[in-house]
Amino acid sequence: MEHIVIIGNGISGVTLARHIRKNSNKKITIVSAETDYFFSRTALMYVYMGHMKFEHTQPYENWFWEKNRIELKKGFVQTIETHSKTLHFAKGDTLQYDKLILATGSKPNKFGWPGQDLDGVQGLYNKQDLDTLEQNAPNNKVCNRAVIVGGGLIGIEFAEMLVSRKIPVTFLVRESSFWNGVLPEGESEMISRHIKTHHIDLRLSTNLKEIKADENGRVKSIIIEETGEEINCNVVGLTAGVTPNIDFIKKSNIETDKGVLVNRKLETSVPDVYAIGDCAQQREAIGNRRPIEAVWYTGRMMGETLAQTICGNPMEYNPGHWFNSAKFMDIEYQTYGWVFGERNRPDYEKHFHWIHKDDNKCITIAYHKDTKLFLGINTFGIRMRHEFFDNVLTKKWTVDKVIEHLSAANFDPEFYKLHEKDIVTQFNSETGSTILLSKKSWRKIFA
Amino acid sequence: MKIIKHTGLVLFIIALTIFTGTLFTGSFGLTKAEVEEYVTAQGYKSEVITEALEKAVSTEKELSIFEFSNRVRDAYQASNDHYDNLIAKYDAEKNWDKKGEQYQYKIYGKPHTLSYNLAKNAGSGYVKENAGLMWWLTFGLGIIGALLFILPNFILLGAPGIKNDGVFHKAATNRGWIAWLVLFYLVTFYLLLYFKADYVVNWTYILDPISEFLNGGKASQWFVYGFLYCTIMTVMAVRMFIKYRHNKYQILRTTSVLFFQIVFAFLIPEIMTSLNMPGYDFKNAFPLDYDFFFEWNIEKLTESGAVGLFILVWGTILTLVIVPLMVYFFGKRWYCSWVCGCGGLAETLGDPYRQLSDKSLKSWKLERWVIHSVLVFSVLMTVVTLYCYFSGAESFLGIHSQWIKDTYSFLIGAWFAGVIGTGFYPIFGNRVWCRFGCPLAAYLGLVQRFKSRFRISTNGGQCISCGNCSTYCEMGIDVRAYAQKGENIVRSSCVGCGVCSAVCPRGVLKLENDSMDGRINPTEVLLGNDVNLLDLLNKK
Ligand SMILES: Cc1cc2nc3c(=O)[nH]c(=O)nc-3n(C[C@H](O)[C@H](O)[C@H](O)COP(=O)(O)OP(=O)(O)OC[C@H]3O[C@@H](n4cnc5c(N)ncnc54)[C@H](O)[C@@H]3O)c2cc1C
Ligand code: SF4
Ligand code: SF4
Repeated sequence: MEHIVIIGNGISGVTLARHIRKNSNKKITIVSAETDYFFSRTALMYVYMGHMKFEHTQPYENWFWEKNRIELKKGFVQTIETHSKTLHFAKGDTLQYDKLILATGSKPNKFGWPGQDLDGVQGLYNKQDLDTLEQNAPNNKVCNRAVIVGGGLIGIEFAEMLVSRKIPVTFLVRESSFWNGVLPEGESEMISRHIKTHHIDLRLSTNLKEIKADENGRVKSIIIEETGEEINCNVVGLTAGVTPNIDFIKKSNIETDKGVLVNRKLETSVPDVYAIGDCAQQREAIGNRRPIEAVWYTGRMMGETLAQTICGNPMEYNPGHWFNSAKFMDIEYQTYGWVFGERNRPDYEKHFHWIHKDDNKCITIAYHKDTKLFLGINTFGIRMRHEFFDNVLTKKWTVDKVIEHLSAANFDPEFYKLHEKDIVTQFNSETGSTILLSKKSWRKIFA
Repeated sequence: MKIIKHTGLVLFIIALTIFTGTLFTGSFGLTKAEVEEYVTAQGYKSEVITEALEKAVSTEKELSIFEFSNRVRDAYQASNDHYDNLIAKYDAEKNWDKKGEQYQYKIYGKPHTLSYNLAKNAGSGYVKENAGLMWWLTFGLGIIGALLFILPNFILLGAPGIKNDGVFHKAATNRGWIAWLVLFYLVTFYLLLYFKADYVVNWTYILDPISEFLNGGKASQWFVYGFLYCTIMTVMAVRMFIKYRHNKYQILRTTSVLFFQIVFAFLIPEIMTSLNMPGYDFKNAFPLDYDFFFEWNIEKLTESGAVGLFILVWGTILTLVIVPLMVYFFGKRWYCSWVCGCGGLAETLGDPYRQLSDKSLKSWKLERWVIHSVLVFSVLMTVVTLYCYFSGAESFLGIHSQWIKDTYSFLIGAWFAGVIGTGFYPIFGNRVWCRFGCPLAAYLGLVQRFKSRFRISTNGGQCISCGNCSTYCEMGIDVRAYAQKGENIVRSSCVGCGVCSAVCPRGVLKLENDSMDGRINPTEVLLGNDVNLLDLLNKK
């Protein structure tokens, strides 16, 4: 029986294992050094905030693995010997494989800041980070102030976590407005304002210079690059992005760049070795997507796809239209298709922006300035239907048609106040159109 | 703000202490004349009961309710023992005529109920004489305290949004010592209410004036329960309004259950009683209203003229037509989360405990067995009762009609719905009864599962498996298990509370009514992946 060994029990490795099991009888082993069972990294924040217990982050009950004949091995893989198809563990034991899948995820970026390895300086990626944080910042008596460095999606989660325990937070963001490398101006500014309403000391256009230690080697303060200001703090959170967690793979003969290089079939340079999830790097980017996508659902999709290949139905990884979601404190964010921020915006991309007077809801629709082709939408504080926009993108609707049928896209809970009328009115007045809002349901539209 | 909150808590605890303390107050006794009058009014034939009762309660001594209850129960026991001895004696003598005669002297009824009936008129003391003041010191102070505790949340909790910070850090909401203390209090409360009503007779005095105002009669222990129920729901609804003020579905649903509880379950029956009609809760559907088809109820209704007849027809149509039809259009939520009294309490008083339900597959299996057994039990009981009612027989299918009714009332009506169903909120979550015990929920659930337009739609590939939805599902549904596969949630037990949708940080879940086509959509691969792969696997 063919032995499939997967390094990494995250979403990509586990999805792959589940799908191989559905389609075959192969022997499957998942290796991980982090936790005994698969858990949802995306929920780490909720454990610290007391919304959930750690066990709630585990999507499958513990009996699931044995029942599905998925073997779990806890251990840290130190070296991969591809010619003998052997894994060597830190504890000295070994494991033979017939096919190997690398699904080793990411690790937080560190940019060589002085003091970045001090006690009290940490990232937020794995279970151990959560445990460390519980030690470093159990409450605002032990931790009088924390500084978060790096204004991305994990940074804002980290800040929200600390605020939930009433720990004062200073948030250093390199950009001039929160996440404006990705978000268009109006949205980025709304989120920046929202962050401040949560009493977070948001410092824009601000870089970290160094982290200072006290006599015990614990963080004592940080220095700001631009002003030289010193801020006293007990915890420094490093959330300036992630990179593939592949140090041990670099020692092998598997070809790597930033991540493990793979082709569209997710094959690495070595036969019978594949890579999926955060650690995989496409040799050529797919469409507008980045070569490395550290996103939950792309890991899952790679797992779904590779399972087909491994079970004898070779298939290329061919993701559909881009989408994603996040939450900035109280404001939910969803995106479908492509809407670019200032920095990367192609010159044909035009934006329509609507913002609610309460300053907690807005949308931006991107379209082609000549053809009026709908390119994508960002929506804040209003939930929208994935299936609607997936169809719209496939069918290549114009922006006018999308605006006309915007009601059908709404996915907010029942009885919520609707804003489509407002949006259409504003669109009409800005573009001189005369669109009437249609009442047709999305099922009827795409029937 | 913090200070106001703490003051509120202190006031509430004082009120609760006074409320509990009243049980130990007052002195109980009846004059001989009162005893005689009572015995005549009851139509007791026993020749020894009057004397026994007089000896027991017509005394100079100041009796507490507990002593009073003891003595009264002993008196009844003595009277019954007296005749049992005679029965045994004539039996030994084979004197059948004499033996047969003795049975009419026996007095039936639950000892604590007999004692309650006497005690209601026998009490005197500060509480009874100062009902108004006592109301303010217990209910009044309790309401004020609770509101002072709750209202500051409007500011303390910050901007509208999901407010679950620290839920699993607190002893009250994470099965800590506070939770166990609350459980103990609630369980004791229900045990007294259902099985030792005479011990809580002092509470009825506090509400006598209100009861007299509403229905012309004095308050019974059930009036106390009803009034307390409405009060608690109202106060805890205020908490819901603040906690979920960003979510209109939650606001409307809470308003609705509150309305149905106060108007339908409480006021209308009281007013009907005051008009000499049978008091009836028009929304309480059989088989949750398990004694609707009991002989005494049918008799009471048929004897009450047009109103009674209307109720009989309404109750039957409600269960057979309205309930399933509404479930077809809106799902069982229209009842369980918008109308029902049990659901109403669970969604207000019980909301802080929703995260404690068990999500394991095991408990789902157990749930299906238990709840459907209760449904079968209740239907069987009703069939036996109705058969016996119309045929005049004592039993049917070998089941004794009185026995099955008593067993059901005791096991399901009192223990399951009350003691366990509500008493265990702080440990097992707020819907134990609705999930495992309610026969109406089982019935609604079957309709919802197989013939309904309701479902919880999942939003394509957006789920990040975080588990908020499953954690906060009071019915113990593993919502995530469906959402992370891109599958709609169609489950018989879902009461449509909408909280899974509210807590989801990625906007994945939407409760909606739509066509039955494609409502159940098992998927292999989620939206967003290669269209060819989707086609290949999902249409397989
Ligand atoms: C706090 C946080 C919030 C996030 N929120 C979102 C979100 O909202 N939406 C979203 O789309 N994405 C989110 N992400 C990103 C998302 O979680 C990742 O993209 C995803 O988890 C990657 O999955 P993976 O299976 O590729 O790797 P991982 O989940 O990282 O799993 C890799 C596993 O491999 C193990 N491993 C690595 N090397 C070895 C070795 N040598 N030996 C043994 N085991 C090894 C690791 O210990 C780890 O357990 C978030 C990430 C974090 C940290
Ligand atoms: S599935 Fe959602 S709506 Fe249904 S009972 Fe659970 S939390 Fe409520
Ligand atoms: S809460 Fe939302 S994102 Fe989280 S597991 Fe449930 S459906 Fe998925």
